[in-house]
Amino acid sequence: MPLSKRIIACLDVRDGKVVKGVNFEGLRDAGDPATLARRYNVDGIDEIVILDVTATVEARQARAHTIAAVAREIFLPLAVGGGIRSEADAAAAIEAGADKVSLNTAALERPDLISTLAKKYGSQAVIVAIDAKKQGPSYKVFARSGQSAANRDAVEWARQATDRGAGEILLTSIDRDGTKAGFECDLTAAVSDAVNIPVIASGGAGTFEHFAEVFTSGHADAALAASIFHFNEKSVSELKQFLAEHGIPVRK
Amino acid sequence: MIALVDYGAGNLTSVRKALSAIGASVWTPSVPGELGRAHGIVVPGVGHFDATRRLSDDWRTAIKTMADDGVPLLGICVGLQWLFEGSEEAPDVRGLGTFAGQCALLCPRPTSQDPRPLKVPHVGWNSLHLPRSSRLLAGVKEGTQVYFTHSYAAPVIDDTVAICEYGVPFSAAVERANIAAVQFHPEKSGDAGIRILGNWIHAAV
Repeated sequence: MPLSKRIIACLDVRDGKVVKGVNFEGLRDAGDPATLARRYNVDGIDEIVILDVTATVEARQARAHTIAAVAREIFLPLAVGGGIRSEADAAAAIEAGADKVSLNTAALERPDLISTLAKKYGSQAVIVAIDAKKQGPSYKVFARSGQSAANRDAVEWARQATDRGAGEILLTSIDRDGTKAGFECDLTAAVSDAVNIPVIASGGAGTFEHFAEVFTSGHADAALAASIFHFNEKSVSELKQFLAEHGIPVRK
Repeated sequence: MIALVDYGAGNLTSVRKALSAIGASVWTPSVPGELGRAHGIVVPGVGHFDATRRLSDDWRTAIKTMADDGVPLLGICVGLQWLFEGSEEAPDVRGLGTFAGQCALLCPRPTSQDPRPLKVPHVGWNSLHLPRSSRLLAGVKEGTQVYFTHSYAAPVIDDTVAICEYGVPFSAAVERANIAAVQFHPEKSGDAGIRILGNWIHAAV
């Protein structure tokens, strides 16, 4: 068996609750991140990302509380992003139980932060998140949750982030995010082929076929989704069975 | 009491949490002399082999003395690599040399199934081949998948009890008497990982 393609669930958290809506049957408090993490764990998820969109200075303590609550439930890799702006933010997240931190805007503004954290915690602990939008023939990077253009080429930025010590790239297609129209396979393949570290594809998951596509023509090493799992539209175990039937190696 | 050796190699929270979850009392000794009261010793580690440089001669002697006395010792990730003779990641830093061989950079070759070269680091879930039975992996099935994140790996030797293949075969787990080590992260490997840690704790308490 070769290395499995990873299926990652993203919990978008605001003020300690999962946003983007959650609709699991039989859950008393479906918006609770720890409850949802436990559910995903049973269903065979490979990894969990907490994206804390509260992202204020006061939020650090609340974020640590959420991380600790999720980390207590699962013995799986746990990444945390959103509002990791400094070494102190990263340290607080890791101390609370995160294995990896995901940097986005902060890495664009202060690329040194990538190498500082990679040196301190190891590259495996540092994800650089890239939000990209198609412009003409290429893909451009956007910062601040897609609000402002960073005037950088996505492939070039992925290369630079890798050189600075990033251990993984979390690549989100702004065009596809929330559309359920499928992952942006051209973007994913371009970045994945340009770097020698794993690339996590994000944005656009709607069907099982979309995952198969991004693992084959998109050359993705992992795929991340949020609402497709939250709404109980698709179960992780059924997705994995589908992928296995299509010759894609997954963790059973 | 399980001693979790902190030599500044990244994050110990996950290992501490997993050991506590299976009922172990864990503490982080601040000086080598404290190791004397350990019922088991865990040498964890993520990141760079160079970090093991901070395990000074005092620590090396204390860990080796305890292991020679039969106290269960478990190396995790870089902790496994440190129990070998050394690593080409930091050639001037000596490992403890409990297991024979040098760790080398993974150098996965393209295969007929996937002509693109495999990525390094090796990150994610990969399967274990079990060439023989061991106490550490009792009850773990052939083909069980566990979570790896590393760029360097130890060779397959007589003490290897689990082999993983990523372009090249390497030691995913080794065991000799009371000394065991894993390249993967049992604390991040779901139920299989907890079982493995439980097997080890069972020997330690």
